[in-house]
Parts: sequence; C-alpha cells; structure tokens
Amino acid sequence: MKKILLGNEAIVKAALAAGVQFVSGYPGCPSAEIGDIIGKVAKENGIYAEWSTNEKTGLEAGIGASFSGLKVLVNMKSFGINVCSDSLFPLAYTGTKGAMVIFVGDDPGCHSSAQSEQDSRGYAYLGKIPVLEPSDPQECYDFTMLGFEISEKFNVPVILRATTRVAHQRSPVNFGERKPGIRPIGEFIKNPRQFSTMPPRTMEMKNELLEKLEKVRQFAEKSKANKVSKRKNKTGIIASGISYLHVLEALETMGLDLPVLKLSFFYPFPKKIVANFIKDKKSILVAEELDPYLEKEITALAKDTNLKLNIFGKNVLPGTGELNSEKICVALSKITGKKFVNNKSPALNLPKRSARLCDGCPYWYIFPVLKRVAPDAIFGGDIGCNMIAGLPPHNMHDTLFSMGASLGISHGIKKSTNQKVISMMGDGTFFHSGIPALVNAVYNRSNPLVVVLDNRITAMTGHQVNPGMGKTLMGDIVEEVKIEDIAKACGVKNIKVLDPINAQDFEMAIKEFLVKDEVSIIICKRICALLARRQKNG
Amino acid sequence: MDKTFNIIIAGVGGQGIITLLQVMDEAAFVEGFDIKSSELHGLSQRGGSVEAHIRFGKKVYSPMVSNGSADLILALEALEGLRESSKAGKQTKILVNEYFLPFLNSPAKEDIIKQLGETKKDFYLVSASKDCKEKLQNEIVCTLYLLGYAVVKKLLPLKKESVLRAIKNVIPEKYLDLNIKAFELGYGN
Repeated sequence: MKKILLGNEAIVKAALAAGVQFVSGYPGCPSAEIGDIIGKVAKENGIYAEWSTNEKTGLEAGIGASFSGLKVLVNMKSFGINVCSDSLFPLAYTGTKGAMVIFVGDDPGCHSSAQSEQDSRGYAYLGKIPVLEPSDPQECYDFTMLGFEISEKFNVPVILRATTRVAHQRSPVNFGERKPGIRPIGEFIKNPRQFSTMPPRTMEMKNELLEKLEKVRQFAEKSKANKVSKRKNKTGIIASGISYLHVLEALETMGLDLPVLKLSFFYPFPKKIVANFIKDKKSILVAEELDPYLEKEITALAKDTNLKLNIFGKNVLPGTGELNSEKICVALSKITGKKFVNNKSPALNLPKRSARLCDGCPYWYIFPVLKRVAPDAIFGGDIGCNMIAGLPPHNMHDTLFSMGASLGISHGIKKSTNQKVISMMGDGTFFHSGIPALVNAVYNRSNPLVVVLDNRITAMTGHQVNPGMGKTLMGDIVEEVKIEDIAKACGVKNIKVLDPINAQDFEMAIKEFLVKDEVSIIICKRICALLARRQKNG
Repeated sequence: MDKTFNIIIAGVGGQGIITLLQVMDEAAFVEGFDIKSSELHGLSQRGGSVEAHIRFGKKVYSPMVSNGSADLILALEALEGLRESSKAGKQTKILVNEYFLPFLNSPAKEDIIKQLGETKKDFYLVSASKDCKEKLQNEIVCTLYLLGYAVVKKLLPLKKESVLRAIKNVIPEKYLDLNIKAFELGYGN
C-alpha cells in the first residue's frame, strides 16, 4: 500500500508489519502519536499497549516483555531517554531476547520542549546502543523494520532517533500489512546469566557487548541504509537525518553537483564507508543538526586516511536551532565560493503571539488566584500545559526544569530561605516523577505548598490517559489512583481537594497552607476544557 | 508542472491547520505528485503562532519552504498572515482570512490589513470565517472555504475534483458534509 503518512504513523505501520507484540512508553512531543495510534489498533491486532507512568517504567515494561520473548516498541520524547537511562545502560549489557526498538523524538528548535535542546544521539556513546537516523516517513518505516532486524540478529536494543521535522513530516510511504494471528503471549525462561547484571558477570557482559557492536558495525558497513551518490568532485558532503534532505535541496538551489554520503547508522559509526568517501576529497561539509558528533568522528578518521582534508561543520553551520536548506546554501557558498542570495522580504517587527490557555481552561481559575493571594511567593513551574504559566500574561515561573522538578527545587529553596514557595504541577507530572519529590520533602521536613493542577488527563501532548483518570491506553476501565490518597500515604498532613472554580475555597486554602510548618498540598480538580467539549460532542 | 509548488499555511494554534494540511497533501497525492509537508504539535498548538509547510511536485526533498520561495501563503488569521509575509518572494501570492484574534499589545486590525496591502504582493483578503459562521454556523471550516477560494482563483495548481476526493479521504464521515459545503462556499465566492 502507498499512502501519505506522518513519520510517527509510518513507525506504527512498520511495527505492525514487523509483528510487534508489546508497546510501552510515555507521551511527549514529537513522539506521542505513536502510542496514541497503537492504542486504537492494539486489541484488534493482538498487541498489548500501555502508557506507562514515566519513561523508566515504560522501558522496564518493555525489557520484561523482551525477556519473555516478545517483540517490543518503546516510545518517548528526547528527555524520556534521560529518565529511563538508568535501566537503558544495563539493557545494552544484558541484550534483548525478543527484538526491541526504542523510539526517541528530539525537538531541535524547542518547538514543544522546555528544558534543553537535547541531542539524544549522545546516548549511543554512553549506553553503547546502535542508533538509526531516518530523514523522512519512508525511512521511518524502513528503519523501524531495520531496527527490529538488527535487534533480532544481534540481540541488542536499537534506538530509532528522529527529530520533529521527521516525526512530524508527511509524505507518501509504501508499507506492508500485518500477518494475522500474532498474540502477546511469551514465556520467561530463567537465565540469570543473561538477565542479571550482577558483578563480576557485568564485566564479561561488557566484553560481549563490545564484540556484538563490532558485528553490528560490520553489518552497518554493508547496509543500504547508508547512501553514497555516484557524483565525482573534490568537495563532498556527509549528512544525516533531516539535514540530508536540506542538503539535496540546497544542491538543487545552487546548481551544484557534489557527491553526498548519507549516514543512516549513527552508531556504530561505519568507518569504512566514510573512509572510502573522504579519501580522495579536498573538502568535506558535515551537515548535522545540533551537536557535532559525526564531525568529531570524521575528524578523527581523517587523521588516518586523509590528513590534508578540510573538514567544515560547526564552523560554517550553527550548533543551536534547526538547520534548513538556506543555512546549508550559505555554508556551501563559503566552501565553494559560489554566490548565494535569497530573495527574502525585510523582517517585520511584530509582537510575538505566545501559546495561551484555552478558553475555559481550569488553569484560568488557578494562576491569577495564586498570584493575587501569594504575590511574594517563589513559583516553581513544571512541564505540560502548566508551562503556559511562564508566558504572558501570567509570567509566573521562577524556575522551570524537568518533569516533577518544581517540587524538588521548591524543597531546596524552602530549606535555604525563609521565603514562601509554591510548586505547581499537573496530574500527569505528579504520577511521572512528582511522588519521589513529595516523599523527599515530607521526609526531610520541608514545607513548600504543592498545587496539583489536576485537569483529569495528560493534556499538552494530545490528551493521553494517566493513572488518575481510571482508563488505560487500550480503553479498559481501571480504578482511579487518587492523588490525595498518595499524598496521605506519603505522610502529607495538610491536604485539600477542591474545584478551583470555587475561588473562595481555593483562596482560603492557599492562605491557610502557606503558613504551615509541614508540606501542604492543594489538588485543584477540574477537567480540561478541550476534553470536556469533546466529551460533550461525543 | 516542472517546478515544486511551495505553500506556507499560517495561523493560530487550534484553528485547524493540520486538517487543512492533510486535505491539501492528499489532493496533491491524488494528482500523483511527490509531497513533503511539515507541521508542529504540542505547545505550539495551544494558541500560539503556527506555520505549516507543504511542498509538492515531481520530486521533493526538504519538507520546509525556504525564505522567499513560497508560491502561496495561506493565512487563517490576519496578523499571522502579515507575520508570514516577511517570508514572501516576488512570485508569492498571499491569501488571508479576514479574521483577527487580538492579544496583549497586538496592533489594530486596520493597521494589519493596511500593512498587508502595502506588501506589493498578489494579496487576497477573504471573509471566510464570517461567511462560514453566517451560512454554516461554524467558523473552524473556514480552512476549507479558503481552499475552495484558492482553487477557483487558481492560486494553487490543484483541481477541484482532486480536492473533493481528498476531503472524502481525510475528513471523518460525521463532518464530511459540513466540510464540503465550506469548500463549495469558498469555491463559489
């Protein structure tokens, strides 16, 4: 079949065709559609699918499934790999049993990401895990298949790393169908020698991993996923991911006929292909977005193969923000001396239109009241729709870090000052990583006020279910995990659950709790306005 | 068509940009073109400025329209139309919905329209939202209205039949009739 697919849809199609049996992950941008789509088709295709509470529990669920022999897809956004890295590294040592592909969606340009412009490819080095980089939806499909093939062949997990402009790119994709009769039933056969990273076995495992990686490297050297164009020139380009498409565009724009090597295997680095490409070149442009990992590899390789090679990369391309074909044109113009002019109109000085709370959003009843009642408080901001509190007209965030960090940092400020501190986090964030921070604050006798913005769903990433709302990704009804019950169990004594539309109750609760000597929590429970409208319209 | 056709859709998150993009992608696919498009999800969908890119032709590489190379800028909101006009080139046609979503410190609507008129581009101002609200009691389908207008005025090289087929392929059954009506309303304008 051939259809227009979003990059993330293509990944789902490939996982279906490859016979995936188990899908877990945590929603984020630009990866969330993978779980969303799988959730809708899981039951009919005999797949078990879940939104896990965070990326670590998600990856670990996937590890359990792989060890039981199932084919697994784990999905997350860039920062998710930080959260799950503690279990990701030992997974490289143990290796997989059932094949496993881990999708990681990076967001250069921070379109939908706070915290940092992370280049997750770096985890390849830290974790020693093969990384594939697709450029378009067809490659999203092909490389998901390839990832399963590599994982199956070498018993290693494979990371499929895409960026926003790949995961959220649409184009026509050829795809196959799923074979019928696949079910998510495996068997765990005890084998602690493989599944437990107990030293001194850990060291042996590391050696085994290094040997496997050498085999994967040899496989990568022969793989058709890396493409070399046949053109001859003393100047060449090496590109990866979306940059490859920008390079082809730039060459057409400038009427240049330069050879291009597209590296789809980021790790292990296919040395021979690259050495072969650079050996007769005078100059090379390394076109890669964000960090200069490939540039460093190529620079090291050139010392052995072509000492006189001029390597251009971050000296002609920015290390911050997305690349595009114009930036490549400018770089090529500097390298080749060929003129490049773009015909852009002069920039207009217009006020920025920031993201805002939706009409009827329950947070409209929360942010202004907090600001009015506690004008001097330090506000710890968190991830999700909550981020909008940091934008005009609210401008409330005094800190913004990572999932759950509002409370972790608030506790530290509270212990270091005599100031009032309020931590704000959503329901999804509370379940993701708010709970350990809450236990820490209670245990260490801190007293920030925690305001949970419970809009009954994980809203920002596209309305995914979470443990607080009594529904799973596959649509099963389960018991709601109550935030107030967790808070109580963590030892929080001052707990209020209220509807923030009752402004007086909310105001009184803030005033009462702000002067407490122990941790206090106000759970503002009111459904996301978009979700409420959708439920009403069926 | 020898040259790749480049479209930028501009608007405010929540205006239905992705649905419009899906219909246009599909229409180009129905006509047998190669297509690449790019969109943004998440934070950017929550009422901020959003732009989506569509490129179709014989063979398309990058999913992004480079500065100055747009053939059509289709804006669902006036200020966002003006904002994107800075990316226009000599050949760019600008189609703007006469609809304004003000925010803190935003310029007056009259000034925005005046500035748009001064861009010296082929500029079309259409009251899509108003017409859709009056005649169809629904504003969100102004996207399909604008597409109908763009097709009839030949602002983009897609045939009416292809777009109608695309609408049927993309839009859920429940909203199909409404979307076709909006398209026809724009087409008949």
